[in-house]
Amino acid sequence: MSRTLYDKLWDAHVVRDNGDGTHLIYIDRHLIHEVTSPQAFEGLRAAGRDLWRRAADLAVPDHNVPTIDREHVRDPVSRLQLDTLKDNVRKWRVPYIDLFDERQGIVHVIGPEQGASLPGMTIVCGDSHTTTNGALGAWAFGIGTSEVEHVLGTQTLPLSRSKNMLVRIDGAAAPGVTAKDLALHVIGRIGTAGGTGHVIEFAGAAISALSMEGRMTLCNMSIEAGARSGLVAVDDKTIEYVRGRPLAPKGALWDRAVADWRELKSDAGAKFDRVVEFDAAGVRPNVTWGTSPEMTATIDGRVPDPEAEHDPVRREGMRNALRYMDLAPGTPIRDIRIDKVFIGSCTNSRIEDLRAAAAIVRGRKLAANIRQALVVPGSGLVKRQAESEGLDKVFTGAGFEWREPGCSMCLGMNEDRLDAGERCASTSNRNFEGRQGAGGRTHLVSPSMAAAAAIAGHFVDVSEL
Amino acid sequence: MQAFTTLAAVVAPLDRPNVDTDAIIPKQFLKSIHRTGFGRYLFDSWRYADGGGEAEQDVSGRPLRPDFVLNLPRYRGAGVLLARDNFGCGSSREHAVWALQDYGFRCVIAPSFADIFYSNCGKNGLLAVRLPAAAVDRLFREVAATEGYRLQVSLADQRIALPSGETLGFEIDAALKHRLLNGLDDIGVTLTHAADIRAYEQRRAREAPWLFPDLS
Repeated sequence: MSRTLYDKLWDAHVVRDNGDGTHLIYIDRHLIHEVTSPQAFEGLRAAGRDLWRRAADLAVPDHNVPTIDREHVRDPVSRLQLDTLKDNVRKWRVPYIDLFDERQGIVHVIGPEQGASLPGMTIVCGDSHTTTNGALGAWAFGIGTSEVEHVLGTQTLPLSRSKNMLVRIDGAAAPGVTAKDLALHVIGRIGTAGGTGHVIEFAGAAISALSMEGRMTLCNMSIEAGARSGLVAVDDKTIEYVRGRPLAPKGALWDRAVADWRELKSDAGAKFDRVVEFDAAGVRPNVTWGTSPEMTATIDGRVPDPEAEHDPVRREGMRNALRYMDLAPGTPIRDIRIDKVFIGSCTNSRIEDLRAAAAIVRGRKLAANIRQALVVPGSGLVKRQAESEGLDKVFTGAGFEWREPGCSMCLGMNEDRLDAGERCASTSNRNFEGRQGAGGRTHLVSPSMAAAAAIAGHFVDVSEL
Repeated sequence: MQAFTTLAAVVAPLDRPNVDTDAIIPKQFLKSIHRTGFGRYLFDSWRYADGGGEAEQDVSGRPLRPDFVLNLPRYRGAGVLLARDNFGCGSSREHAVWALQDYGFRCVIAPSFADIFYSNCGKNGLLAVRLPAAAVDRLFREVAATEGYRLQVSLADQRIALPSGETLGFEIDAALKHRLLNGLDDIGVTLTHAADIRAYEQRRAREAPWLFPDLS
């Protein structure tokens, strides 16, 4: 019988049928950060349990880490959380990448980068953006802290099977249209609950054409469409990306693994519960205007008018969003002036993202109205690579700040955040109220669009710069 | 986990779709390394008039936003939260569930929930009930019309009794219902299958040895 990629990943990881609608699913890789793990370790300790298989775990601090002075975490509560992770990994002997290790970075950037995330794996982390890892043809999903404890203690999770959704994007994206725009386009189309209960497989010519970094951006944002996971089938790009990574198999084992990974694609004729199809040629650079990632417009568009919305609940949601964002209906997206720019996050902080932004910035200066523009590489290794290409000089020469890796202003748990009323062009993933700082206003865009907005002081079509 | 059997409580209506977990418990409060004490920061930026508090802050002197639903005297002591579509979307933070429970909510009713939030509810004994949109609409109207509006929830019967005596049925996965009713420790249950997990690992380590460098 024809199976989808998700069906194959599911079948390969069933430990047992619990007989109650759930199956016990084996977890190959467990990524851990400081925010969602302390209560899980505490729970194990209180119950007198041990880790099931510590070689499957990898921990790294990212959410609370300062991106300037890493020796001094000024916020005592942040420091306690970082110290607690350090204590826990020492006590429980969990593989750990320390803050001062060059490999440190955002957990979803370092998983693929280290080869800790491999095709065909089940990968979990107490973080919704674990979906990023699905770009490798792995079944990757975010979990809560109780589930973190469950995986630490049993290496499994009791799960119900999700439905299969196919998002097929054929055609070729125009220059200046990136994986981020495809992601925002999908979310704008199916909504933030459109993928609820589903695993989304992205396929089609436009997906094959994406780099691995682009596929990670797309899978990263699949949680913003409500999906449990995002997936892309394995192809030559996947294999070449994984080859030589520190934790990837070597020698004869590599050949065996590759033979196995080549099967990680949906069979012809596999049944999907839902199919969404569109042509990438019709996608324009996207900018979000509201407080939900589904509130998208194109760079040529305008802020919509809530009064034109028929559904009363949605209408009220739009009114709330415009009030919070301080935007009037009908405002051209290009006329929205910004105060800050953030290039980073698990969505868009890989080397390709920094190259795309630097290509726009090169030889230009920040607009006078930009108060702060941050570039935060996703890992120490991304940072080193960018510096070897001189990208840091391109950014600092234009007036950007070049920072140390971490989650930074994506969620403002560290010192990088928006002040109340500030408006930001951000390459992150969530424009929720207060996400980047209480009262801050977030517009989600691609790295090149963020860079173009930094130079112009307002949103512009990157192809016009 | 705290078991859930029945509940009779005042209903508080939160009339917004897509309420995300950042709104339920903002990021500055996630720095705690404990599971308790989050209730005072529930819906922090909507509840307080100072534009957002800081972690470990004493909330007693903070100005409230008088129009926010949880600040209205009629909803004081509410145990049921009535919400709209896609409640709990966004971040996987289980702190959102801990905050709702610590505040006093035992049950959330909405037309739909985000997957991770729904799963987190089940791990903590917070009952998340999906009702059809029309039924939720009706509850919003009735709650607005009647001060002290209470619902009685019976998980065993999968029914919610309205003040009129009428009841609404709801669906819930049998495994989840069993765990909630009995307050079961998931990990303890799974560990009764430890031999199955070991057998799986041994088989899988032969088939895909690159996944088990430590076992092969």
